[in-house]
Amino acid sequence: MSVRITLATAIRVLTQLRRDPRTVALLLAVPPVLLTLLKYVFQQQPRAFQTVGAPLVGLFPFTTMFLVTSITMLRERSTGTLERLMTMPLAKLDLLLGYGLAFAAVGSIQALITAGVGFALLGLGVAGSTPLVIALAVGNAVLGMALGLFTSAFARTEFQAIQFFPAVVLPQLLLCGLFVPRARMAPLLQGVSDALPLTYAFDGLQRAAVRGALGARGELDIAVIAGATLLAMSLGAATLRRRSR
Amino acid sequence: MMRAVSAVDVSELVVWRGGQLVLNGLSCQVRAGRITGLLGPSGCGKTTLMRAIVGVQIVSSGSVAVLSEPAGSRQLRRRVGYLTQEPSLYGDLSVRENLRYFARVLGADEARIGEVIETVSLADHAERLAGRLSGGQLARASLATALLAEPELLVLDEPTVGLDPVLRRDLWAHFRRLAASGVTLLVSSHVMDEAEHCDELLLMREGELVASESPDELRRQTGRHNLEDAFLTLIELRAPR
Repeated sequence: MSVRITLATAIRVLTQLRRDPRTVALLLAVPPVLLTLLKYVFQQQPRAFQTVGAPLVGLFPFTTMFLVTSITMLRERSTGTLERLMTMPLAKLDLLLGYGLAFAAVGSIQALITAGVGFALLGLGVAGSTPLVIALAVGNAVLGMALGLFTSAFARTEFQAIQFFPAVVLPQLLLCGLFVPRARMAPLLQGVSDALPLTYAFDGLQRAAVRGALGARGELDIAVIAGATLLAMSLGAATLRRRSR
Repeated sequence: MMRAVSAVDVSELVVWRGGQLVLNGLSCQVRAGRITGLLGPSGCGKTTLMRAIVGVQIVSSGSVAVLSEPAGSRQLRRRVGYLTQEPSLYGDLSVRENLRYFARVLGADEARIGEVIETVSLADHAERLAGRLSGGQLARASLATALLAEPELLVLDEPTVGLDPVLRRDLWAHFRRLAASGVTLLVSSHVMDEAEHCDELLLMREGELVASESPDELRRQTGRHNLEDAFLTLIELRAPR
């Protein structure tokens, strides 16, 4: 592992992203726009906007980083740059951490902008702790990145990589408690939801947004998010092969 | 220059790819400090052999030793430069940015970036995005990356394909200078004209080594001056066996 290579990789990934201003604009503008849309959708139920809006600030980075990483990693595999790197003195961890650093940075900017719009302009409740919501958002960005990295190994084309979004991310969003509180789900769905990392991400965010403190359950949330990130990263690392057929 | 030391030692190499036998017990050597041409029609297994030498190919059996280490071992990653057949660069970074990144990964000196850009005559296009380069320019930018770390062994898969003749001549002159400074080069091509520039030739056909000779020795054995004819004669001589 080398700090030099990790930093060089993070800078390289960010430079690539900067070359694509349209993607950057979409990454940064879409979440606040969606949040605004949500406010008007829930115009008749302001309480619902309060309970759903704040955790969403922290979930956007998860979804976008999942997509961005899947595609970037797939390109890295299909253009031969990954194979080239694998013949060089680069540890797999350098590559993963480089990506992680770069996308955590982008995820935090995204979360800051969305939070700024939500809390300052849309009147989202700040009963809880704003910094904690943002910190969790960064964690979710890294979790999304790790999952995207892992699933990209199973895609041969960008079309396939995009299809992993409805396959991997949407079920987690549906079951995490965002749409229907978990307590009101059928026991089977609750069980499935227990096994999905986004459930814990949502729970942690809700606690941070509403109460401002995590408590014992919130600490479990963070432990699960961290564990899931590490697991997805290690699985992702296992798909980076120095040798291939 | 008469060192008998081999930089690469391939022994009984068997490689299957996608259910097909690509290399069938191939053995060969690449002599240190020489330019060895790896020639043969496309699809004969040249790229697979090169991939096995740089250690990215899964092999079924046999052994490949590179600079006295097993191919692909950690210590070799700084000592071996590899140019893939398809240019492999980040299309959304400029030539210079690509080289800067790979230089940092390799731990190569920043000054090397300018030098390799000169070597492949890309000074006028250094700030261009790799994705906007022509095919030939992109191939040169990719070659520049392989030259960055001043490797002891350069494995170049069709480095001169699609380049204009002047540039091709300049690159061969550069390869010659590298060899004179002690670098070992293994250069593949499916065009026999390129054989003229090599000290040694490895001729391949259908996953097997047909000959391993110097160009002059090949001419002498076959009685043909033109190397393309010599290759054909060699194949015809072996055919009825």
